[in-house]
Amino acid sequence: MNVRVVLPSQLQGYTDGLREVPAEGATPGEVLADLDRRFPGLRFRVIDEQDRVRRHILLFVDRERTEDLDRPLVEGTVITLVGALSGG
Amino acid sequence: MSLQLYISTRKGLWIADGGPSGDTFELRGPTFLGQQCHHCVLDPRDGRTLLLASRQWHLGPTVFRSDDGGRTFVEAEHPPRFAKGDARGRAVDHVFWLTPGHADEPGVWYCGTSPQGLFRSEDGGRSWEPVSGYVDHPDQQKWAGGDKDQTPDGGKLHSVLVDPRDPARLFVSMSGGGTFTSGDRGATWSPMNQGVDMDFAPPPPEGEEYPYGHDPHHMVQHPTSPDRFWQQNHCGIYRRDGVDGRWIRVGRNMPADVGDVGFPVVVHPKDPDTAFVFPMDGTKDWPRTPPHGRPAMYLTRDGGETWQRRDAGLPTEQAWWTVKRQAMCGDGRDPLGIYLGNTNGEVWRTRDEGASFECLFRHLPHVYAITAGEAS
Repeated sequence: MNVRVVLPSQLQGYTDGLREVPAEGATPGEVLADLDRRFPGLRFRVIDEQDRVRRHILLFVDRERTEDLDRPLVEGTVITLVGALSGG
Repeated sequence: MSLQLYISTRKGLWIADGGPSGDTFELRGPTFLGQQCHHCVLDPRDGRTLLLASRQWHLGPTVFRSDDGGRTFVEAEHPPRFAKGDARGRAVDHVFWLTPGHADEPGVWYCGTSPQGLFRSEDGGRSWEPVSGYVDHPDQQKWAGGDKDQTPDGGKLHSVLVDPRDPARLFVSMSGGGTFTSGDRGATWSPMNQGVDMDFAPPPPEGEEYPYGHDPHHMVQHPTSPDRFWQQNHCGIYRRDGVDGRWIRVGRNMPADVGDVGFPVVVHPKDPDTAFVFPMDGTKDWPRTPPHGRPAMYLTRDGGETWQRRDAGLPTEQAWWTVKRQAMCGDGRDPLGIYLGNTNGEVWRTRDEGASFECLFRHLPHVYAITAGEAS
């Protein structure tokens, strides 16, 4: 499955400044694994060691917010990772 | 060699280069602007390798390594993390503490995390594995307690010490949880909290002590008299003589209107009886600010029997900042320089053991940690 992933500024250091990258995978988990192969370290910054989306990260599949890394995707899906409102 | 200060802040890392003399410092940075930098430590075994414990507000924790004195950093290939499927669902929130291993074990590092976890690297910080004798110990949760036993931003494992006489002998402290030691590189552990007060808990039965659950804020071991430990605890200042000894609350000799609560403690590298603390207000609502708004370092030269106030050059009134447990250090030189960073983003120095202080830098972010190193 070919999808697109939109990344927050905090993660663009991994992608050489690219805000949007193509990726492959049938689920968000597979897509993140694909990204991690190409951009080592990226996945662990957003998914913890227990496969949970980190507290201050939001994951959208198209416009729907989800924390389910196993949900099926369809061709052309846009996955958006957002740095939640936090900090100060 | 060049004396450098590694200033880890709530919003980035700064490196201050003092050159061979250490007389004046040039500030370099920020690096990782906007990231929470908890600890940055130079490897004294090579004077070149720097490790940095960092996280970004939104992103997970990691460790960065520099081989060129902090000019460039590379992220760890396998950062510290609990095992996937951990029965308690633990995940590292932030890496809090970094300790280079024994002089005879180049490349070995330890780190302490929040929640309390102990991890080891054998390749200079590139990859990390849990010290399973600690992390998976069936009593670890009893030692560290639950959510109500932790510091506000999560429990921490800190003050990881490697005995200079024996690379297998480790010491760790937990906030909360107390201090523990291992004689087999972390395979098995024993508490070493005898004599430490736990004023915040109901009194133990007559003649008994709590074996763990204490709140050490910072512990140090003397480098050449390694039977001597100093501890700044939530409940006082302590000295300990000998691995099998008891902690002695020498903070009771502090002035009553100052008390013996604080975060950091520094021991003089040439004199195990000389130590430095920076008290904070631990009364009523625990503001954790200098008592009466007048910051001061306190110095003992007799093992804590007597203490002298040292505040010349520091603000004399209306100063309400805090010096955190990692934010005061010595530089190991003779005479000893001592550096402290505060929550207002200032860095102060004394080169005469507190007879006078000077402000090196202002307007940095909230300082989490300062370490000093001799960079090659």
